[in-house]
Amino acid sequence: MGPTERLLSAAGGALLTYYGLRKRATAGPLGTGLAVLGGSLVLRGATGYCPVNQLVGRNSASSATRPIEIVQTFTINKAVGEVYDFWRRLENLPRFMQHLESVEQLDARRSRWKAAIPGGMGTVEWEAEIVTDEPNLLLAWQSLPDSQVDNAGEVRFTEAPGDKGTEVQAVIHYRAPAGGLGQGLAKLLTPALAEMVRSDLRRFKQLLEAGEIATIQGQPSGRGHDKG
Amino acid sequence: MKALCWVGTNHLNVERVPDPEIINPQDAIVRVILSCVCGSDLHLLDGYVPTMREGDIIGHEFMGEVVETGPNVKRFRKGDRVIVGSILGCGDCWFCQQNAWSLCDNSNPHAALAEKTYGYSPAGIFGYSHAFGGYAGSHAELIRVPFADKTMIQIPEGVKDESALFVSDAFPTGFMAADMADIAPGDVVVVWGCGGVGQMAIRSAFLLGASRVIAIDRFPERLEMARTHGRAETLNYTEVDILEALKEMTGGRGPDRCIDAVGMEAHTTGPEHYYDLVKQQLRLETDRPAVLRQAILACRKGGTVSIVGVYSGYIDKVPMGAAMNKGLTLKMGQQHPQKYMPRLLEYVQRGDVDPAYILTHRWPLDKGPEGYQMFKKKTDECIRVVFAP
Repeated sequence: MGPTERLLSAAGGALLTYYGLRKRATAGPLGTGLAVLGGSLVLRGATGYCPVNQLVGRNSASSATRPIEIVQTFTINKAVGEVYDFWRRLENLPRFMQHLESVEQLDARRSRWKAAIPGGMGTVEWEAEIVTDEPNLLLAWQSLPDSQVDNAGEVRFTEAPGDKGTEVQAVIHYRAPAGGLGQGLAKLLTPALAEMVRSDLRRFKQLLEAGEIATIQGQPSGRGHDKG
Repeated sequence: MKALCWVGTNHLNVERVPDPEIINPQDAIVRVILSCVCGSDLHLLDGYVPTMREGDIIGHEFMGEVVETGPNVKRFRKGDRVIVGSILGCGDCWFCQQNAWSLCDNSNPHAALAEKTYGYSPAGIFGYSHAFGGYAGSHAELIRVPFADKTMIQIPEGVKDESALFVSDAFPTGFMAADMADIAPGDVVVVWGCGGVGQMAIRSAFLLGASRVIAIDRFPERLEMARTHGRAETLNYTEVDILEALKEMTGGRGPDRCIDAVGMEAHTTGPEHYYDLVKQQLRLETDRPAVLRQAILACRKGGTVSIVGVYSGYIDKVPMGAAMNKGLTLKMGQQHPQKYMPRLLEYVQRGDVDPAYILTHRWPLDKGPEGYQMFKKKTDECIRVVFAP
């Protein structure tokens, strides 16, 4: 692995783990009870671990439920190289991933990520690495085995037809904990996770195209200052 | 600062709110000099546009003076007198680069909300519900203008405030209606609705080569304005059968281009109006499309129906068979201010068009709620109320 690839590995792994974290965070809006449940489940690594390469090949977990797949795609009006390069620079990711606080390079391959848990529940940290890197085409990543939150995913970069820029497709896989409770929870959380992946991808697009992310947070209204 | 806030259906209030601040690097803060009501605000007022929240500042057509600029605003500085387009565009997405600014991918902070209703999100609009971004509107002393370099245009010396104002929204909306209609020299154009946008559509149709414009409304003062300022022939739909009259006036061919400058709260005569009103009240349809139906039926074979009157949701009993079998072209959309403002400001500067005539009332912002009531009920021959905060 060259340095670039290692860097990419770290970035991708962090991203994936980050989504695992944020999936837990969505429990908040779904209700306090669910938030507590979701939080405790995640602390047990309940989001499940399902690397892409394992998805189709083997099913190692004896009591595993069916893996959940989140797919979100945006077209970004920039050349493939520019889009890929922006993503691969670790320090850029917190700029469009909400709740992400910092990314720290551990070595050429691995990185340590820190994110705020929504609702003031503190922060969580984890480590990640990349499993596939094809420049200007594909990044696939997974969290390191010891991480609090386990997950896997990939981002594909494809030139859009008609000079419309680059199609960016994010695919996130996770496995819910076994049993009825886990499956029920997964059912509840999946739409929220999809929304979050979509929201972060949209912010990525806005940042790359417009140079800023549209917001009304902090503007005045009859309610005082808007929270967004 | 003072601002006119939406409190609930048919309820507006002037309230004290915090001053706006620069939030994004391309923002500017503008002191509002003139801010105008718009027929599309009535849909908010009447409760037909969902995702309004209590306390939202409304208003989207305005001009003013720059008081502060963000670090990435390059074309403007403090003291500049500017027209601000009502619809926001980033300038860098594919749509903005196609000059289709109201389809901007990046200016709506609540794009996910709009996608639930429309599949894909249109651009953000000032003061026009949270599905369109939830941006604070212009009926206030100060306003934050995102993407300021793209959204604003400098007002040249010698152009009066009230002439520049309508280049923000009414003029480009009317102009885009005529532009979308694909008017060929000699065409007969019909404009439904003689409010501010309709009046501007009449002028624009002539600018783009129409030989005759026929304007339709029910208020005598609006028809009078269409005749005197617009050189239009006029029809009062409460007095004549529109389809018969248009056929008669066009040698039995039907008008070439039909413009709907009314939209979702159309009035008509007879049972059709009550049919739509009841269905709308029961929420069985969200919009009353009487004008659209009539425009499709009236239009000549192979003609164009151009729609700038705002629709929000679902409509009923649209004569699709007539549209299909007559080979009509239907075009529609929210206006693209950034595309049209420079050209229209030139018309104003040269004196070809002075839109100031649609301004019938100039009131202080404190009278905002009364202003909207007058505008809604069209009392005192009101065409447009403009607030001077």
